[in-house]
Amino acid sequence: MSIWEYANPLKFMGWTAPLVPVLSVLAAVALSVGLIWGYFFTPDDYRMGASVKIIYIHVPSAMMAINAWAMMLVASLIWIVRRHHVSALAAKAAAPIGMVMTVIALITGAIWGQPMWGTWWAWDPRLTSFLILFLFYIGYMAMWAAIENPDTAADLTSVLCLVGSVFAILSRYAVNFWNQGLHQGASLSMDAEENVADVFWVPLLVAIAGFVLLFVALVLVRTRTEIRARRLHAIVARERMG
Amino acid sequence: MTSLLEVQDLTVQRGGVAVLAGVSLSLAEGEALILRGPNGSGKTTLLRTIAGLQPSSAGRISVVPEAIAYAAHADGVKSVLTVVENLRFWSGIYGAGGVEEALETFELEGLADRPAGALSAGQKRRLGLSRLLVTGRSIWVLDEPTVSLDRAAVAMFAGAVRAHLAAGGAALIATHIDLGLEARTFDVAPYKARAGSGEGEFDEAFL
Amino acid sequence: MIRLLLRDIVLAVRAGGGFGLGLAFFLIVTVLVPFGVGPEADLLSRIAPGILWVGALLSCLLSLDRIFQLDFEDGTLDLLATAPIPMEGVVAVKALAHWLTTGLPLVLAAPVFGVLLNLPGPGYVWLVASLALGTPALSMIGAFGAALTVGLKRGGLLLSLLVLPLYVPTLIYGTEVARRGAEGLDLGAPIALLAGITLAALALLPFAAAAAIRVNLR
Repeated sequence: MSIWEYANPLKFMGWTAPLVPVLSVLAAVALSVGLIWGYFFTPDDYRMGASVKIIYIHVPSAMMAINAWAMMLVASLIWIVRRHHVSALAAKAAAPIGMVMTVIALITGAIWGQPMWGTWWAWDPRLTSFLILFLFYIGYMAMWAAIENPDTAADLTSVLCLVGSVFAILSRYAVNFWNQGLHQGASLSMDAEENVADVFWVPLLVAIAGFVLLFVALVLVRTRTEIRARRLHAIVARERMG
Repeated sequence: MTSLLEVQDLTVQRGGVAVLAGVSLSLAEGEALILRGPNGSGKTTLLRTIAGLQPSSAGRISVVPEAIAYAAHADGVKSVLTVVENLRFWSGIYGAGGVEEALETFELEGLADRPAGALSAGQKRRLGLSRLLVTGRSIWVLDEPTVSLDRAAVAMFAGAVRAHLAAGGAALIATHIDLGLEARTFDVAPYKARAGSGEGEFDEAFL
Repeated sequence: MIRLLLRDIVLAVRAGGGFGLGLAFFLIVTVLVPFGVGPEADLLSRIAPGILWVGALLSCLLSLDRIFQLDFEDGTLDLLATAPIPMEGVVAVKALAHWLTTGLPLVLAAPVFGVLLNLPGPGYVWLVASLALGTPALSMIGAFGAALTVGLKRGGLLLSLLVLPLYVPTLIYGTEVARRGAEGLDLGAPIALLAGITLAALALLPFAAAAAIRVNLR
């Protein structure tokens, strides 16, 4: 049996049903632990004070904003190549979540930036890139909403996602070129010297795990909803055929 | 007689819903086939599928590549171009000549330099049909070609089809009126797709 | 292919609004900006390259939905899809026709509008060069957006929403070339990047746009 068997809508509904509550509970636990630990049991930063603690929301949401788009790209490619309906629906389901993550990253960034840089918004490359990413999400979702035939919508949004990904990367570099920014370097990287201190690091990892679990759980729930909607659509269409 | 077009067990869909299933037909040189069926029975969908504009959900279409000339309700006539400019454009695209003959066949010589926007509906239709003659293609796939044509123009069109068949071409025509052609008819009504009637069905994965 | 190009140009010219409308819109944007930001020559000459680029971009956007919409409605696109030319070629030719009727007039008119905005002397050459190099990408990206939305009843707004974010890199490098040119700075990097984007768009987007059109026709 090939792995693609699991992509059959009925099978998918079957194996994801028990997964959703498990993932939801895990996400709730990881988020609670990460956030409570991060907020109440870590010292203030010597430079940034208590405002540094927004990192526990800002960094994971920013990561998920990008990862959600990457997941949509992979799902779109699978739809184009193998034409698994669930894949297209998963991409559709992930878009609003990614968009909300982008908004959270932008808002928490503004709240963090205000005391740090003295301004709510700066045309810093990272901030600008996220704003552009937000526009891409809006366009992608508008495209899904505008087209009635679900297969046509899946095809066109997949093409848009592919081209959009290329242009999102181009925009990222263009924006870097356009303005060298205020934003601090990446909070997480393989290079240890760049990393935030260990005290902040462990709860941050837990919070990130929480966001990932939350994202997966939400995508599953939304994909299941989309599958049910499609099923309803199919039943109604069949009734009409007689 | 060699067969130009062979359709086997074809299922066609519109808007993701199967409309016709198990359609088999064939078309040989010099042969015309008249498609009949009530409105909404899937004639247009079948013709578009055969013309390669939309994919079929099951079955096989075998046809010589680049042999089909398709014409539908919308003529693709540009109203700001003159009649002859419209025809020259398509003859240029297909790389075949015959603009003069096409004008003659559909009695458009007198209108040749008039902008297509100034034509009546029937004249515009004649222009749309005369495009078939400049494609140089052997299989005509026509969807309601006689809409808004008067009796004389219908006879003109029937003459053009007859000449095309005599020259070894073939035609697949969806129409409701009698063209006076010696042609077989093909009723699509018995092929109406029913739920649970076959494989490759719409959204079957979701049920 | 040449036939299609000529036909599209003739259609744009005869239908009116091809050259004229985009240029008039460009002029109006250029005139409105000083009303908005004030008449000081210093400020205007500093923002002139950016304003002219944004103005050109918006005028380009104005006529995008006409690239495929009319041909879709009157059935021409169906006929072209069954004609012996590849859809990729149709897309590329139509984008070229759009550029010749919209982009090229903007490029040629930009210096005149530059005068209105006190563009500094050395800036003119680079403004024209950057627009000449960048506007083909605008037309091609726009043709891709038009191909995605061709089947929709009111695709115009969605088209703008889809296309504008895709214009970001072109706009950034384009204005950078024009600005550095006006200030007499080194502009090798942005001009190479701008050319790169244009060439990549011309090479790859016809395939994506043709796929989108085929999906929309079925």
